[in-house]
Amino acid sequence: MSDRPREPFVVVGQSVRKVDGVGLVKGNPKFVADTDLSGALHVRILGSPHAHARILRMDVSAAEQIPGVVLILTHENTPPTRHTTAGQGYPEPSPYDARMFDTKVRFVGDRVAAVAAETEEAADEALRAIHVTYEELPAVLSIDDARAEGAPVIHDEKDSTGIYEAGRNIVADVDIDVGDVERGFAESDVVVETTCETQYAQHAPIETHVVHSYLDSDDRLVLRTSTQVPFHVRRIVAQTLGIPIRRIRVIKPRVGGGFGAKQEVLLEDIAGWITLKTGRPAFLSLSRAEEFVAARTRHPMRVRVKLGAKRDGVLHSIEMEATSNTGAYGAHGLTVLANTGSKTLPLYNKAQNARFYGQAVYTNLPVPGAYRGYGATQGYFPLETAMDELAERLGLDPVELRRRNHIRVGETSPIFEKLGEGREGVSQTVKSCELERCIAIGAERIGWREKRGTRRREGAWVHGVGMSIMMQGSGIPQIDMAAATIKMNEDGSFNLLVGATDIGTGSDTILAQIAAEVLGVPASRMIVTSSDTDLTPFDVGAYASSTTYVSGMAVQRAAEKVREQILSVAVPVLKAPAEGLRLVDEHVVGPGGARVSLAQVCQRAMYSSDQFQIAATASCVPSESPPPFLANFAEVAVDVETGVVKVVHYVAAVDCGVAINPLMAEGQMEGAIVNGIGYALSEEMLLSSTGRVRNPSLFDYKIPGALDVPDLDVILVGSYEPTGPMGAKSVGEIGINGPIPTIANAIYDAVGIRLRKTPFAPERVLAALQGEKVRKGER
Amino acid sequence: MMSLELTINGERRALAAHPGDTLLDVLRREGYVGVKKGCGSGDCGACTVLLNGRAVNACLVLAARAEGASILTIEGLADGDRLHPIQEAFLDEGAVQCGYCTPGMVLSAYDLLSRNATPSEGEIREAISGNLCRCTGYVKQIRAIQTAAERMRSERDE
Repeated sequence: MSDRPREPFVVVGQSVRKVDGVGLVKGNPKFVADTDLSGALHVRILGSPHAHARILRMDVSAAEQIPGVVLILTHENTPPTRHTTAGQGYPEPSPYDARMFDTKVRFVGDRVAAVAAETEEAADEALRAIHVTYEELPAVLSIDDARAEGAPVIHDEKDSTGIYEAGRNIVADVDIDVGDVERGFAESDVVVETTCETQYAQHAPIETHVVHSYLDSDDRLVLRTSTQVPFHVRRIVAQTLGIPIRRIRVIKPRVGGGFGAKQEVLLEDIAGWITLKTGRPAFLSLSRAEEFVAARTRHPMRVRVKLGAKRDGVLHSIEMEATSNTGAYGAHGLTVLANTGSKTLPLYNKAQNARFYGQAVYTNLPVPGAYRGYGATQGYFPLETAMDELAERLGLDPVELRRRNHIRVGETSPIFEKLGEGREGVSQTVKSCELERCIAIGAERIGWREKRGTRRREGAWVHGVGMSIMMQGSGIPQIDMAAATIKMNEDGSFNLLVGATDIGTGSDTILAQIAAEVLGVPASRMIVTSSDTDLTPFDVGAYASSTTYVSGMAVQRAAEKVREQILSVAVPVLKAPAEGLRLVDEHVVGPGGARVSLAQVCQRAMYSSDQFQIAATASCVPSESPPPFLANFAEVAVDVETGVVKVVHYVAAVDCGVAINPLMAEGQMEGAIVNGIGYALSEEMLLSSTGRVRNPSLFDYKIPGALDVPDLDVILVGSYEPTGPMGAKSVGEIGINGPIPTIANAIYDAVGIRLRKTPFAPERVLAALQGEKVRKGER
Repeated sequence: MMSLELTINGERRALAAHPGDTLLDVLRREGYVGVKKGCGSGDCGACTVLLNGRAVNACLVLAARAEGASILTIEGLADGDRLHPIQEAFLDEGAVQCGYCTPGMVLSAYDLLSRNATPSEGEIREAISGNLCRCTGYVKQIRAIQTAAERMRSERDE
């Protein structure tokens, strides 16, 4: 397993500084909005006041008269092409159910019009002067409403495609099985069943969605945009606006956080159209309130899990049923739903009978999309809650129950093949898995044996510990594609050009480290240019935990090709065969110690002899998606008088293969866990009875601050993934799945209540505590 | 438009401002774009600057109130190519991820360390509690500020 022989790494495994770090700590102009915006039109969007309505008439004449107003966009003067805003590979597994502007609005905040003006104030004034006559329609405000007999049909238009059953508000339907779950439950000694619900929650990147568009000197449309998916933006904007891909250049500067929110084409079509129509630069940035109302959220879900086990604690049958609320549009509806099963059930591969089924339904509510964890987060809540309940029923330590059931090296799960990214998956055998060590290390660190079941009391605070385990994937096998180009400069430095999209994850840095490792140079010798559709090769972008594994492999392959070219130049210089040469310390070193510097090699290739540009491009389409694994342990304290839950200590032991940059890998885990703790305890988009977001601010929507973070231990448990670049697999998403079930199980250990609805806010905890007292006859 | 005189990063400036402009609006318009906007309502701290030596949310300060004041933005912290110890520590400890909250966070730390050379972990958390970060989980930033404090103390002792 992890003892697999390998060369010692020089650059990989080092926590080198971020290649873009100095500019970031100095506050250099690196983000979309940091450019000179003088001369740009300011764009503002008019959102719908109704959850569901038809637009009968629009009168923009008064708005057009406002000084400074240049252009007003509505459904009457924009292309009607149906498309999806989901930035996914082509053809997208999301329905084409959106238009730039439609004659119908489907959630409060849905696009009605956009104004481009000389100033933001003029644009805002014009928004207020646009008169819209709506015919209000009955709204669908919950998944139960959506599925009710005779429910209003949200997508009743004829030209949308890819919807499973529009007339019943069903976006997607998934149903796969292995063996026979019913027979499996009948054969089981113990069966438990639990249903959990998750809330509307938002990514809340500190930089909201923002785009700056302009025409270059050849009248091509340039979009500088805060995106996770520059190449998908180019393709989808071309499709939506009806212009050729070759006329568009997408540049992604630094991005102020994405977390899935920016795997979406939200603004680029509007800015692009304005620039095309006016010839002028345009700038469009969502306010924080608009971000909450009209950007993307996590899919709220109701998920039921039923587990059957034999008396020895080995799972025999697993059933998971998910109903996903995909809001007013179906972006990521199918794939998030499918991932709820595909990223969870293979973990417990001992069960011979397994079924996952469910539907994603439209509602007239804010639009969910991709969000770190991508369905797995919603699935692990009931799965790991049910495992805890099963352990209790069997009289087994929850740690021991997991040990008896989790997947191991050399094993597979039929789910891998049955269920993939909204379609059939890809069969694979697990080649690296240190989950057993993760569990042991985590249990030790939290003090599992000493603390479990003790219900230690400090005043009104009662302590408990809980745990959970999980897996994710590393990219989308046989779908994701990444490419990298490396070219050499005569000082021995290299340009590394990648489509891969660093959104603050540090991918520019770890990709530089991978290339540097192969080329025998420090990471600082790699000049990284990423995510410019004119300059860098294709990459699907930053999603599905793919960058390290997929883009990293493309970089490694490109570097290996460049290495061969370097050696071919060095052979006549060192008068030694290529096989005996190594790249060390910026030199090519021969068997006898003879050496030539990389700078000399490149100078020779550029200026002296058999001249050519040392450069190569390579691609990667992964054939599998090796899961990272995680064991979570938490100690919580519950205030039994107020219902407040405090996480005292959180331990996350993760197997992400070789960590290319350990500090950054820890940072990914820490950020994901703290985001998950917010999701578990405080974050919730509150919706009014008319479907309006009631708390669209960072004051009212509480994301964790520095005072809210527990004592947090992330432990990187090394393994070596043989199919990954330098032994690496993913680490970006998995951490966010942990806090909900881990905290829920710890609360149960502390006070004996099972919380099945997030967030675990004080009023909900208090109500459950009081219910428990009633049940026990204490009141 | 009104005229505004203030000192930014040690430089005397006379700027034009609208009566409704916030300090954030004016600073960004004048090119101090390291001052970030995350909410415009004082909730996220991305626009933190030092006003007469104390950390404030520039989005909550009317530009007119900064008349005659001395402002420090992130652009004024490094000495040319020589980064401030807090900036160095943020890089060394992996405290920068997307970097959008970094300028505000660094300036809140600067404010803290200028008043308290030996802050406890609790005091550090308190000092950056108004600076929201969605990427890091704060662990590495807290450590970076501890590291910076140590380095600044040993520099002073030399």
